Amino acid sequence: MTHAPWSVDAATAVLATTCDKPGPILISLQALQEEFGYVHEQDIELVAKACNVSRADVHGVLTYYHDLRTSAPAITTLRICVAEACQAVGSRDLVNDVERSFNARMDEAGESVELKSVYCLGNCALGPSAMVNGVLVGRASAQTLMNATHVQVSS
Amino acid sequence: MTVTIYVPKDSAACSIGADLVAMAIEAESIKRGISVSIIRNGSRGALWLETLVEVVTAEGRVAYGPVAPSDVDSLFDSGFHFGGDHPLALGKTDDIEWLARQDRVTFARVGIVDPLSIADYQDHGGLVGLRRALVMEQEEIVTEVTQSGLRGRGGAGFPAGIKWRTVMATNADRKYICCNADEGDSGTFADRMLMEGDPFTLLEGMTIAAIAVGATEGVIYVRSEYPTAYETLNRAIETAREFGWLGQNVLGSGFEFDIRTRIGGGSYVCGEETAMLESIEGKRGVVRSKPPLPAINGLFGRPTVINNVLTLATVPAILAEGAEAYQGKGVGRSVGTQVFQLAGNIARGGIVETAFGVTLDTLVNDFGAGTLTGRPVRAVQIGGPLGAYLPVASMSISMDYESLLAAGGMLGHGGVVVFDESVDLAQQAKFAMEFCAIESCGKCTPCRVGSVRGAETIEKIITGHDVEGNKKLLLDLCEVMTDGSLCAMGGLTPLPVRSAMLHFSEDFDRRARDQR
Repeated sequence: MTHAPWSVDAATAVLATTCDKPGPILISLQALQEEFGYVHEQDIELVAKACNVSRADVHGVLTYYHDLRTSAPAITTLRICVAEACQAVGSRDLVNDVERSFNARMDEAGESVELKSVYCLGNCALGPSAMVNGVLVGRASAQTLMNATHVQVSS
Repeated sequence: MTVTIYVPKDSAACSIGADLVAMAIEAESIKRGISVSIIRNGSRGALWLETLVEVVTAEGRVAYGPVAPSDVDSLFDSGFHFGGDHPLALGKTDDIEWLARQDRVTFARVGIVDPLSIADYQDHGGLVGLRRALVMEQEEIVTEVTQSGLRGRGGAGFPAGIKWRTVMATNADRKYICCNADEGDSGTFADRMLMEGDPFTLLEGMTIAAIAVGATEGVIYVRSEYPTAYETLNRAIETAREFGWLGQNVLGSGFEFDIRTRIGGGSYVCGEETAMLESIEGKRGVVRSKPPLPAINGLFGRPTVINNVLTLATVPAILAEGAEAYQGKGVGRSVGTQVFQLAGNIARGGIVETAFGVTLDTLVNDFGAGTLTGRPVRAVQIGGPLGAYLPVASMSISMDYESLLAAGGMLGHGGVVVFDESVDLAQQAKFAMEFCAIESCGKCTPCRVGSVRGAETIEKIITGHDVEGNKKLLLDLCEVMTDGSLCAMGGLTPLPVRSAMLHFSEDFDRRARDQR
């Protein structure tokens, strides 16, 4: 997934579309992440100013939600469901296989690939489930996820 | 003549190749010079048959499945576009026993209609309920919903009509309808499938609620893990605005009501209603103390109806068919139908909507056909990560709010997750505590600290450290969490833990486990 490079001007432009909405902190941070791939450290001050809230408020929201991140994402983000319904069809083994195949550890930062735990993708009858850069994959194996990653990177 | 073919666009169907099947059908039809119109519907709910392709014939819709992209060539060879025979042919879709045995009310249109066509929606009974509501008094609508016996499908099972009455009776400059679409429970996917397959039903239910209580603004809070549902809802809302349904003048009635969507931040506890309100207000998704009730002091301090997707999506049918028709289904105080979701290690998973009172055995063994792996069922977790683990001995239980409560469990959002004999219930109990530790909002101590201590204590039991002493300690901790937590997150996490200890005690004893 490609993201715009961060700059104060670009971030300010994003905030102009969100700061006047009701309850603006979360949607502002979400919009910034959507645009730049992550929330830049200077964004805290920018959001606070634009939304007329304290930096502590912004920091609080930023650190609360699992989705929000403060560093650039890897080229490929692989989210693997580790909740009960997928555990019942071998997600624990899948995690081991994927860690080996992609040579990466779950929930650790990476440049080319990032493996993340997720608790339910709503595909519980066709597990184990995973998401490759936002695309849902059912009956996932390390091999199908490898293929899905290659298709996306090469296209 | 153009042949109409339905290929689901449901996320689950696409996760195993429905998009590729649709592309293959299009490419092959062009190659063969056959005029084909492909409609991307929702899923019929028989996820074990996905990708389920349907062809419109003179006799009705006939089904083929599970279709892989590589089957498309041979399907055309057998003339499937005229309903021709093929090894994957399933006959008329409505006659597939798995579907024909269900009683679809909330899911009546899912998989049948084109999700974003208002014309199709109306051809299948859409907007009848709302049009009726628009000529009723507020009081009459609320009474109808109360009399139907509809209870909150999110998990708590609170009577919808009573909640609506409180909001109706509270005076304010603004009122809200909030739809909780933060379907975070593992083993549940009904909200997602409804939003993707029949979004107008949800919008209609919210509009009826708004007319009933005098609300002008609606918010649907969708979890971020559901990007397709979010996009479908936004397109449906836009279509409804253009149609003159949402906006300043609802279907020409003079009422004002509009809906916007908000996307979650990946936090499970934001499915708790007050945490959801905080999140919609853009804050940390921390649980609020109750009282005040959200019905009196909810979103931005205004009276707010908060209902789950399935609750609101059932309202149009109740208004269209009347309270009595709905009330006639179910058992005892569990009235109407429940959308059960068969998940986990199950051969035939998907949506089974049927009247309350069906047995767990019917769901798991008749509809579900046992486990996917073919090994014996050992445990079933009902109601999501905060629900109880039940043993095979409990299979005859009636699936309704009261029976499950009496058995030490809960119905929750209707998820049924099946495990085969390879499951280790001590590990599952530990996971329940770990999940609570990760997702706790941190406001109350029993949940924030209890979950961490709980996971540690179960680990000690697993590794054989003072097993008896730690079991006692764990039960004591469970009691503190149950009685002392602010919301269901900490309050119900003991449910899977205690039920695992009770029904699968052998898994909590290392020597017994090693012998197994």
